[in-house]
Amino acid sequence: MTPLLEVRNVSKRFVMGGVFGRKVVDAVQDASLTLSAEKPEIFTIIGESGSGKTTLARMILGLELPTSGEISFAGKTVSHRVGRQERLDFMAKVQPVFQNPFEAFNPLKRIDRYLESTARQFLKLKQQDDLDGAMDGALQKVGLSLAEVKGRYPHEMSGGQLQRAAIARALIPNPPLLVADEPVSMVDASLRMSIVNLLRELRDSLGVSVIYITHDLATAYYISNRLIIMQRGRIVEMGDARTVLDNPEHPYSRLLKASVLSTEDAGAGKLATDPGMVALASDAMGRPGRLVDRADGRMVRIYEGV
Amino acid sequence: MTQDRNDILTVDGLKAYYQMDYFGVHREVRAVDDITMTVRRNEVYGIAGESSSGKTSFIKVLAAAIRPPMRIVAGTAKYDFKGKSFDVADATEAQIEAVRWKHLSYIMQGSMSVLNPVRRIGKTFEDFAKRPLGLSGTAYKERVQNHLERLKLPADVLSAYPHELSGGMRQRVTIGLATVCHPEFVIADEPTTALDVVVQKEVLGLIREIQQDMGSSVVFVTHDMSVHANMADRVGIIYAGRLVEEGPTRDMFFAPKHPYTAHLVASLPRIGDTTQRPALEGRPPSLAEPPAGCRFHPRCPLAIDKCKTDVPPLETVAPDHRTACWRWRDVEPLVAPQRVSEVMA
Repeated sequence: MTPLLEVRNVSKRFVMGGVFGRKVVDAVQDASLTLSAEKPEIFTIIGESGSGKTTLARMILGLELPTSGEISFAGKTVSHRVGRQERLDFMAKVQPVFQNPFEAFNPLKRIDRYLESTARQFLKLKQQDDLDGAMDGALQKVGLSLAEVKGRYPHEMSGGQLQRAAIARALIPNPPLLVADEPVSMVDASLRMSIVNLLRELRDSLGVSVIYITHDLATAYYISNRLIIMQRGRIVEMGDARTVLDNPEHPYSRLLKASVLSTEDAGAGKLATDPGMVALASDAMGRPGRLVDRADGRMVRIYEGV
Repeated sequence: MTQDRNDILTVDGLKAYYQMDYFGVHREVRAVDDITMTVRRNEVYGIAGESSSGKTSFIKVLAAAIRPPMRIVAGTAKYDFKGKSFDVADATEAQIEAVRWKHLSYIMQGSMSVLNPVRRIGKTFEDFAKRPLGLSGTAYKERVQNHLERLKLPADVLSAYPHELSGGMRQRVTIGLATVCHPEFVIADEPTTALDVVVQKEVLGLIREIQQDMGSSVVFVTHDMSVHANMADRVGIIYAGRLVEEGPTRDMFFAPKHPYTAHLVASLPRIGDTTQRPALEGRPPSLAEPPAGCRFHPRCPLAIDKCKTDVPPLETVAPDHRTACWRWRDVEPLVAPQRVSEVMA
């Protein structure tokens, strides 16, 4: 298998403060994962705030450099300290989708301007007809059309439409990989599924791989092929999404699953979390442990003496 | 509507519009359009609706925080606080002052923007609670400390600044502020939206516990149906400024009688189930120019010609269960009642 994206033993350490009161935060510690170029998949990173999932995504996008370890995309090391042309080539292949579409777009700028400049930049198109064609093509993929979007400002569209336009913009250079950081958490309930279904469709019909970052286990179960669960910068469990979420093994993964509010016993008012579970999960926090392979293909972090 | 002794809040035909009249252009946004409902004593009433459905305007009216350009155009929202009646529509500033925090309280959304960042938590508690409680120094301190204990907060949070606390702690502090005076009615506006799943469940459990402890009523607003499933005794769904369905939580999830509710419930993904979930087409209507007839008809899979012209009334279809749909008999529950969720080891 040819790797599309390879993350090898990547760590990121942030140093805050000056000479006095220096504080070190290990945002990501020793993370490794590989995405195959042949088999497009939705790879989910699950974690709470402070788990390092966004830092990992930023490193994959080349916005941050890892403190140690290496990230390579299609055989080349990812870094923002490269020549302009090389950087543009990389950006054409890995595109981001952000959390809040209302913040991602400038409210005073028309949506089609974003699409157009992306097409100009990455596809090197000059003729208006070609530009329109590329924009319309990308918008069709997400269930919109240029006629609907042209000349409209962000406030004139619903959150779902806007997020779809943001995905269309990311699709213009035909990237093999999208990095979507919580793409549905700001979208209304009735429109949320349309975005999630769209990601699924992009994988199945266009062969786009998606790194889907979320804290919502239910949508992760619904669309992802594989996933990792992160706790305080460390990957604690990794494997096939169904295998892991049907029967999580790491105490933190179990706590996460138990905290998902289910609708199955709606009205019963069950809100208690087993305190033993919380204790086990926080006990694992901050301890290095090591990842071991399990027979069912997953990897779990285990700790000595537990 | 007759006032039941068991009802703490009676909303009758309430209409609250944003009316703007600038430079000769008259613009009217019908954010709350003819809502009739009641909230009983000692219950959690969940209100669901998406952004710009008018749910925030509605609870602003309930919280007696009506500011121009919003105006109550018609109807009433009456509280019955231990026999003392309080009508939001014609309450004076002094009357509002008298009930706020003591009887009618509010848990706000962003805990960071509620708490003053340059004031210690203890000072904020004094600002909120000292006057309504009307207690002397020692008695007041004792009251606050007992209350913090109940919220499982350490007593030294009082000397902390908001930024020193974690998100979950801050949200517990705002819950503490809202409940320290033991109000009879609490409005909670998306209090857990910004929190992580583990903390969210903890905070929800806390609100529920406090509510049962004090025997007060809570109106809980969120667009997250899975939160309602676990919090609410009854759920009301607001769509484009109107209450479209209301019923006991279990019925709303397993026997919805409005296509919008049926969709909201069916579109929830669940762990252990990967079948394709339907997505609703179209966009939420603008409240400035809502569609005629049933406001859901442009997006409704069951819409018939009648829906485009006639507004469906909110009719009782089962005990405690009301819906505003001409075709409620044809609404299929899209999810069958599931086995009781497996208890995890």
